[in-house]
Amino acid sequence: MSEGAIKGKVTVRLRPGVLDVQGKAIANALADLGFGDTEVRVGKVFEVSLDAADADAARARLAEMATGLLANPVMETFEIEVD
Amino acid sequence: MRFTVVSFPGSNCDHDCVRVVEEVLGEQAALVRHTADDLDRPDVVLLPGGFSYGDYLRCGAIAARAPVMAAVRRFAEGGGPVLGICNGFQVLTECGLLPGALGRNAGLDFVCDDVWLTVEGRATPFTRGVRRDAPLRVPVAHHDGCYFADDATLARLEGEGQVVFRYVDAAGRSDATANPNGSRANIAGICNAAGNVVGMMPHPERCAEPLLGGVDGRLLFDAVRGVLS
Repeated sequence: MSEGAIKGKVTVRLRPGVLDVQGKAIANALADLGFGDTEVRVGKVFEVSLDAADADAARARLAEMATGLLANPVMETFEIEVD
Repeated sequence: MRFTVVSFPGSNCDHDCVRVVEEVLGEQAALVRHTADDLDRPDVVLLPGGFSYGDYLRCGAIAARAPVMAAVRRFAEGGGPVLGICNGFQVLTECGLLPGALGRNAGLDFVCDDVWLTVEGRATPFTRGVRRDAPLRVPVAHHDGCYFADDATLARLEGEGQVVFRYVDAAGRSDATANPNGSRANIAGICNAAGNVVGMMPHPERCAEPLLGGVDGRLLFDAVRGVLS
């Protein structure tokens, strides 16, 4: 990794309609703690530093990573941000 | 007849599969590592259970991209019989050889129990001739066995006879109480459109000889041997 590495972020979320049992368990725990009724969906954030010519190139590379490995399109969607 | 068992870092039912092939069936088994680019002349390929790559990222996701999977894909696309058991089923969905995905069990608990399964749908190499008039008793042991597919995929699977195992009760009734993990339509196992690739969450290799407390799992291994011989 060179010093000029670009930092990107891939956020992966469960698709709407896919049962999120972890989110439900967390919402139940929040209710137990007095936070009342909430709806919680659990996702993942990948912080990736990579060598790329510019932000657009980094974004394209991160999209390839997301479709190739980081997200499962059957159950998940993803979003990319580049600093 | 030669069975290749693919072993990933973290596979833990690979040797159980080898034992069934060698000791129960009296056939040849080859254990092939995740880095291999060749499957060592298989007639049948088995993807075993376990926790490949520590279940990191998603169960089966990293194994699905391991070098050996290129050879598994070639074998499958050439019509060779492939059975993915538990983690092996997760690998097959992650690499796209089977539709849908497997998520966290609806009850959040790791489920380790005997379940009842009906054999249905099309006659795959692993279910041809296996009894359909009474359910099989086969153990499950998983945390991420909740089968998910969207409505269109589910309708296609049902319509094409690609649902090949379903969770039922001892009397053969398929309802929510017989569903150990929240899988859609009580699905325990499916096959691909061609019928040669089968994935299932229950473990037939763990009930293939009387010492293990059950023998129904052996029927699947006998079936594929019968089809190929």
